Amino acid sequence: MYVSESRGSTPAATTPTARGLFPGRSAVPTTVLVLGTVSLVTDISSEMVTAVLPLYLVAGLGLSPLGFGLLDGVYNGFSALVRLVGGHLADRGGRHKTVAALGYGLSAISKPLLLAAHTLPLIGAVLAMDRTGKGLRTAPRDALISLSSPPETRGRAFGVHRAMDTTGALLGPLVAFLILRQAPEGYNVVFTVSFCVAALAVIVLLLFVPSRAPELGATPASAAERPSLRAAVALLGRRELRRLMLCAVVLSLATVSDSFIYLLLQRQLGVPDRWIALLPLGTAVAFLLLAVPLGRWADRVGRWRVFIGGHLALLAAYGLLLTHVQSGWLPYAVLALHGAFYAATDGVLMAAAAGSVPAVLRSSGLALVQTGQAAARFVGSIAFGAAWTAWGDRSALIGAALALALSLVLSIRLRPAAEHSAAEGSAEEKGVTGSD
Amino acid sequence: MTNRNKLLVLLASVLVLASVAGVVGWSYQADRKDHVQAGKPAAGAGTVSLAPGGPPRIVFRSLEYGPHRDELSSVPADAPDGPRTYSGVKCMRFYAAAGTGICLQSEMGAYSETYTALVLDSSLQETRRIPLAGIPNRARVSPSGHMAAWTVFVGGDGYAQKTFSTRTSILDTRTGALQPSLEEYAVTKDGKPFHPADANFWGVTFIDDEHFYATLGSGGKTYLIHGDVTTKTATTLRTNLECPSLSPDGTKIAFKKRVPGLPENLPWRLYVLDLKTMQEHPVAETRSLDDQVAWSDDNNLVYSLPDYDAHLYTVPADGSGAPRVLAREALSPAWVR
Repeated sequence: MYVSESRGSTPAATTPTARGLFPGRSAVPTTVLVLGTVSLVTDISSEMVTAVLPLYLVAGLGLSPLGFGLLDGVYNGFSALVRLVGGHLADRGGRHKTVAALGYGLSAISKPLLLAAHTLPLIGAVLAMDRTGKGLRTAPRDALISLSSPPETRGRAFGVHRAMDTTGALLGPLVAFLILRQAPEGYNVVFTVSFCVAALAVIVLLLFVPSRAPELGATPASAAERPSLRAAVALLGRRELRRLMLCAVVLSLATVSDSFIYLLLQRQLGVPDRWIALLPLGTAVAFLLLAVPLGRWADRVGRWRVFIGGHLALLAAYGLLLTHVQSGWLPYAVLALHGAFYAATDGVLMAAAAGSVPAVLRSSGLALVQTGQAAARFVGSIAFGAAWTAWGDRSALIGAALALALSLVLSIRLRPAAEHSAAEGSAEEKGVTGSD
Repeated sequence: MTNRNKLLVLLASVLVLASVAGVVGWSYQADRKDHVQAGKPAAGAGTVSLAPGGPPRIVFRSLEYGPHRDELSSVPADAPDGPRTYSGVKCMRFYAAAGTGICLQSEMGAYSETYTALVLDSSLQETRRIPLAGIPNRARVSPSGHMAAWTVFVGGDGYAQKTFSTRTSILDTRTGALQPSLEEYAVTKDGKPFHPADANFWGVTFIDDEHFYATLGSGGKTYLIHGDVTTKTATTLRTNLECPSLSPDGTKIAFKKRVPGLPENLPWRLYVLDLKTMQEHPVAETRSLDDQVAWSDDNNLVYSLPDYDAHLYTVPADGSGAPRVLAREALSPAWVR
């Protein structure tokens, strides 16, 4: 389906395949593996801190984490806005690596600062810094992944990246608790190790990620190649991207946030209390296992279909939560579907969006989609919370399921010719990259 | 840079960063080695008992660095900073009354911490063990020693987001009947049913074996509730009152009050509510605290402050006097008489 796009590719765009670590069998480009490694190592570092932070606040500092949970919502919104800034900065002169390194670096230095911050406002400031770093780096990184992998295997490239990322997220808490077991209350040790791990990720990025994305060519940035802010905003004028974003936003509005899913699992299916902390683990494991196969599948049958399929999996999860069956396998099934939803949508959407954004504006375009999605999830989450308050958890979930079903119908109707349009997008892409 | 040089730089960085982590880890070990620190009261010989009678004493979690850190220890009530008698039982939070103790423990698992509530008899032997859903925060026992209650922070969404809620449970130690969550209670506010989805309960203080006060938080407001264990009902009495603690004579409630103009993270002042007149007044402590206070007698409060040090402070309940340190490096005190 992406034939016309790959046919139109310049030699520069196809070189990454040849430069893959395992030449011959259509390998994942080295840059994607390096970025995957950077994400893996960074996630070990950040999830180490995330895992012990509540414990540190309550047991170590004697604060109650209730207010902290509230602050966190604000940060996530902030991070989504910073993402747009990061996306635009990266596109200006193709500085993806620089902006990504800045983002990773900012998060890394926030770790030792945790050692010094002992009050909630200071801890809040340090965490805001961490989120700023995360916001800055995400779009340039995803742009680099898409720019360094040939269009026909982009789904797999994102799948590999997300699988590596999730591996890091799973290893992080493990490392943290191994340290705390050796050094009881050794939060300082956890934060220091976390910093060292994060610094290592930055070094790997600086050393092994090429300073210019291959698809942009090796020539240094020329004035003509500096997309203006207006060009970034004008991206929304592209029919293809606008439709994709509209669907992503509408679907995200009907996406119940993770914490609600776990709470519902616990309430409706009677998952024992002591398992609560392990529920997100189930989602992550399913995500990890399915990211690559679903990414490959997306490359074969079409990213849009898999993206829709992911939301069908989520709808099925809602359905299972609404049943009153008290079967032992039900929680596993819900978590597997929840993980499948992430595996079929997270990287796949980026792979799909990459096809409808020209290379020079790739970072801004991906940031736009991500921010739109994040904002929609936030609104959806508030609406779900309000519905829960007004009508109770069951009715709220029925409402969310109906909204999701409606959004799915709309999305399927809105984009019947989706896979053709991706080819259109690539034609435009060539027009813009014509400078090299 | 050639690939060989890049790998060399990477290797060098790994070595440097690993040494940094190693040095910090090593200095931590050296700093907190399991030996009693100089200048601290020596540990006394004897056993820790929760049995009423005998010389009045305070039992608490000792935070003193050394081999007995986190253990329940007892000191004479008239010499709270004197030599401690250690028990070997480690708790994060603790409370005791009439020979019954409640000890909330944490244990390091491979992937997360696990938490347990232990019911202890007067010789600190475990009589019951209940797994907990989150980080222990409050613990109380009814004056008769028959009922126990505790609050934990539940953060079941660590992977993507961090939102916390509280869960408060009540246990009848005689029958083993457990009410896992106060969220099952039918709450009445201003004569009407009140069931917000964001309701959080915390900080139970028992009046007797059937009745208690606690905090209900919802929509950014906190309420003092009066609860009934038998009928599983509760009524809101008053707003802006958190972590109530009933005086031994049952006439006053000490609590945290959110005072406007204080920093958002630590907005509380310690207040006392007179249950006869329903008048409240601040006490002489001007620092913000986040604790459920204990009463050392009918006239004095004991509490710990977050983020200052790990000491127990005391202040008169009537608003007079000034706060002073009661015992150093101690937490979760209970008076045994």
